Amino acid sequence: MNGNGVRVSVEPPLGLLLELTHRCPLQCPYCSNPLELQKSGAELDTDTWLRVLDEAAALGVLQVHFSGGEPTARKDLAAMVKRAAQHKMYSNLITSAVLLDQRRVAELAEAGIDHIQISFQDVEPENADRIGGYAGGHLRKLAAARLVQEAGLPLTLNFVVHRQNAERVSQMIAMGLELGAGRIEVAHVQYYGWGLVNRSALLPSREQLDAVTAEVESARLRLKGRMLIDYVVPDYYALRPKACMGGWARRFINISPAGKALPCHAAETLPGLEFPSVREQSLGAIWRDAPAFQRFRGTDWMPEPCQSCDKREIDWGGCRCQAFALTGNISATDPACALSPDHAVMAEAVKQSRGASLGFVYRQ
Amino acid sequence: MSVTVEADTVPRFGIGVKFRFDEVRGAWVVLAPERLFLPDEQAVEILKLVDGQRSLGAIVDDLAVRYQAPQELIATDVAVMLRDLADKGVIRL
Ligand code: SF4
Ligand code: SF4
Repeated sequence: MNGNGVRVSVEPPLGLLLELTHRCPLQCPYCSNPLELQKSGAELDTDTWLRVLDEAAALGVLQVHFSGGEPTARKDLAAMVKRAAQHKMYSNLITSAVLLDQRRVAELAEAGIDHIQISFQDVEPENADRIGGYAGGHLRKLAAARLVQEAGLPLTLNFVVHRQNAERVSQMIAMGLELGAGRIEVAHVQYYGWGLVNRSALLPSREQLDAVTAEVESARLRLKGRMLIDYVVPDYYALRPKACMGGWARRFINISPAGKALPCHAAETLPGLEFPSVREQSLGAIWRDAPAFQRFRGTDWMPEPCQSCDKREIDWGGCRCQAFALTGNISATDPACALSPDHAVMAEAVKQSRGASLGFVYRQ
Repeated sequence: MSVTVEADTVPRFGIGVKFRFDEVRGAWVVLAPERLFLPDEQAVEILKLVDGQRSLGAIVDDLAVRYQAPQELIATDVAVMLRDLADKGVIRL
């Protein structure tokens, strides 16, 4: 049931994001994991993850993203990849790659992994290691990226950009070419969780943002047909919000390490919602019937100005987690929208970040 | 931008791209890194002929016979569509 007690029917989900663990050797100050990290003892066991994959395939999931924390910290990763491949679901590994050696890459290739995405913190090794909070990490990532390429696996490089590395986007793109990546992601920090804690140290200036955007746009033209560049902007200079997750519980299911099923990885920050566990319910039942999934599905729950806006089925009112974090109201219009009565908080945050300290609160 | 594709070009799927039938939806899907397309009927018929062996010319011949349509018309449609898919990284030309 959504806010008005009407059940909104829904198509099968397209993607499943498995946060296999919160453990990670790195400590990025914009990590998308919650502030309260789950201990390894709380993680689902192999059989439960495999059952979730079976249920996902039956439900119509087409793509599975193995993520974390650091998913390769789980020894049973290859078994899960293999199960996804048996169901012909497209498997994507989202990794920091510092634990990927030749044996591990071969094992994943053998299991049928379809694509590997490696995150980089910068192109300058010293700054990259400082941002990730892990000495020697950058060089390990480079070595791992070469192993992935040598194994003939499709590779994406992911660069999270912010005030402390935005000047080096052209080198990031060059690095993608050099490592044979078919795709790179230039993604501005999203300011939830750890990113919000570190917002003042990370928010780029308007000039930095415009320079990054111009660089990406010219590289896209230049590299058309050679390398795809996906670009994610920060909400703080935007006039319209993003369609977070393609709309609440419309396309994706996220499973936390302990087995909570969530419409988005940050959904547990929202008060008053009870998220079901895959330990107790099937994925199909959760997708169709869980009240937390119904809560913001569709448009009936929306307040004004969204309710009468012609963009409501384009951005779905933006991100619930951002709306709550910045306004205290889970049903508010995302303040990233210029039509939101709270839009001024965005400009205020930009102002506060000017000249703020560059020190980080590391994820731990 | 020109959409010409030579008749002897052999289109193939991009690295990491999969084209398959999904039983749950009863529809063909294209799966790629962080990409997912549900191609329309016309695109499905073309993609089914992309096997890394057939040239564009051979694909057009096949479709022209099957749909009893003029070669040139089919050739233009196929070239436009393949060029578009190539820009999205689905097809290599
Ligand atoms: S963002 Fe950084 S700390 Fe968080 S999981 Fe990824 S690599 Fe680890
Ligand atoms: S008012 Fe709501 S629906 Fe309209 S653009 Fe803003 S967030 Fe989107």
